[in-house]
Amino acid sequence: MAENVNQNASAVVEHLRAWNSKAVEEVIEFHGETTIVVHHTLLRSVALECRDALQFNLLSDATCVDRYPVEPRFELQYHLTSIPNRTKIRLRTRVPGDQPNVDSLVPVWLGAGWLEREIFDLMGINFNDHPDLRRILLPDDWKGHPLRKDYPVEGFRDIPATYLPGLKK
Amino acid sequence: MTTSVETATGVKKTMVLNMGPQHPSTHGVLRILLELDGETVLKAVPDVGYLHTGIEKSCEDKTYSQATTLTDRMDYLNPLGNNLVYALAVEKLLGLEVPKRAQYIRVMMVELQRISSHLVWLGTHAIDLGAMSVFLYCFREREEILKLFELFAGQRMMTSYIRIGGVALEPPAGWRDRVGKFLGMMPSRIDEYEALLTENRIWMARTKGVGVIKLEDAIAYSMTGPTLRAAGLAYDNRKVFPYSSYEEFDFSVPTRTDSDCFARYMLRIAEMRESLKIVKQAMEKISDSGPIKSEAAGIIPPQREKMKTEMEALIYHFKIFTEGFSPAPGEAYVTIESPRGELGCFIASDGSAKPLRCHFRSPSFINLQALPMIVEGQIIADVVACIGTIDIVLGDVDR
Repeated sequence: MAENVNQNASAVVEHLRAWNSKAVEEVIEFHGETTIVVHHTLLRSVALECRDALQFNLLSDATCVDRYPVEPRFELQYHLTSIPNRTKIRLRTRVPGDQPNVDSLVPVWLGAGWLEREIFDLMGINFNDHPDLRRILLPDDWKGHPLRKDYPVEGFRDIPATYLPGLKK
Repeated sequence: MTTSVETATGVKKTMVLNMGPQHPSTHGVLRILLELDGETVLKAVPDVGYLHTGIEKSCEDKTYSQATTLTDRMDYLNPLGNNLVYALAVEKLLGLEVPKRAQYIRVMMVELQRISSHLVWLGTHAIDLGAMSVFLYCFREREEILKLFELFAGQRMMTSYIRIGGVALEPPAGWRDRVGKFLGMMPSRIDEYEALLTENRIWMARTKGVGVIKLEDAIAYSMTGPTLRAAGLAYDNRKVFPYSSYEEFDFSVPTRTDSDCFARYMLRIAEMRESLKIVKQAMEKISDSGPIKSEAAGIIPPQREKMKTEMEALIYHFKIFTEGFSPAPGEAYVTIESPRGELGCFIASDGSAKPLRCHFRSPSFINLQALPMIVEGQIIADVVACIGTIDIVLGDVDR
């Protein structure tokens, strides 16, 4: 079963390379998972090709990893599933920290809508052409993006002196 | 929160109604802004986040084994499933094999959990639509399942029973009789629920033809689980991408084609019966003795007896609970079939003892975003039926 999944994934890589020689920057195989790294300007066209030509009809998940202080610090991860071919791949794109802009995938999969809102809310990535890019989990007036590595786990608020007897007045 | 509903037409007078976040039929703290023309919903804007506790951020500050207890608290109707997906993801990162006996115990527990989750769904959904007594019957049987969990793990809900590398405890003495008794009782109890609802005229009037989702819309919105299967696609992670030895079990994936609230009700009833079959097979497969955890020095805590006789075991015990263990840098993404759909866990490791990023693909969150598509154009009474039928758990939505 697991071998089958891999077999299909390598066919996906070959197809994408034949489709556009610049599309695939890097292919990472790890624990039987195939990660295809694409440039962030090509993300939407690669996603469209995956959906239309390769039958990746289900966007399983989208999330982001912050590799601060490494630049480009953000790594967007899109987990695609092809229900007809029983294949899973991961599309990855690296986004620089000073201009975290990337094309939204809502035109490709409607299900990307809330997933991208979540990434916008917690990581502060801007998605171009997203129909409704608002905070989703946090209040509208929240400052900062908590899942970034330079955001402390305790948050930024001052700890009231009553909780630190003898330390703060 | 300043969510605004834009007026669809300037001519007609419409009303904006705020539903929730404390409305009982929103199953927790979901808030929906509804723009109404008479009783017809023109626009619906769900507003979530009232239960956001930053579990993903907290996971980054805990060692891999510590974070297990946080996963229980996301989808509080499916804590064992959350434990399982997290454990599978960490095991994939480590390349760890789990003993067969532990895998079968895991399967049995998550299938019992599926039945209990569907029972809560059925009870609360029926109460939303006015059938009070079904709720009492469902919770009577759910209580039996929670007692089984207490027997196995010492806890009714937040069990943390499924751990990295296996399960926490050896099954207790007399567990076969207790689980067997439950299996003997349950089929007739499911018949009871069906006798109350399936041919009930009010139930049929409230659910048939209500909340229809087209298959292509369901896939486009990444909807999974019973919602997708009731639209006619037999996509079930247990069959398509088997985990924890599900390929050795004989069960079918029920599907329906009507894709309305009634179809989803019938589908979940059928799933409960299938789960009973799986639990029965798992009971037969679980041997009376054998390992319940994999053996991996420095990762899985050693047995208590070994710590008293072996120096290395004591050192590893101390190191695991102070420093934790460090998987090689890389990423793993695992999906399982939770009662609500595809539950995924993505973990990125940077080679340290704490996850660099831990993300959960929660089925409730993703299924909920299709709610406006389902309810727009329906009447307001059906909104309640539609929320109930996609089976959301707000702890899972907000994390």
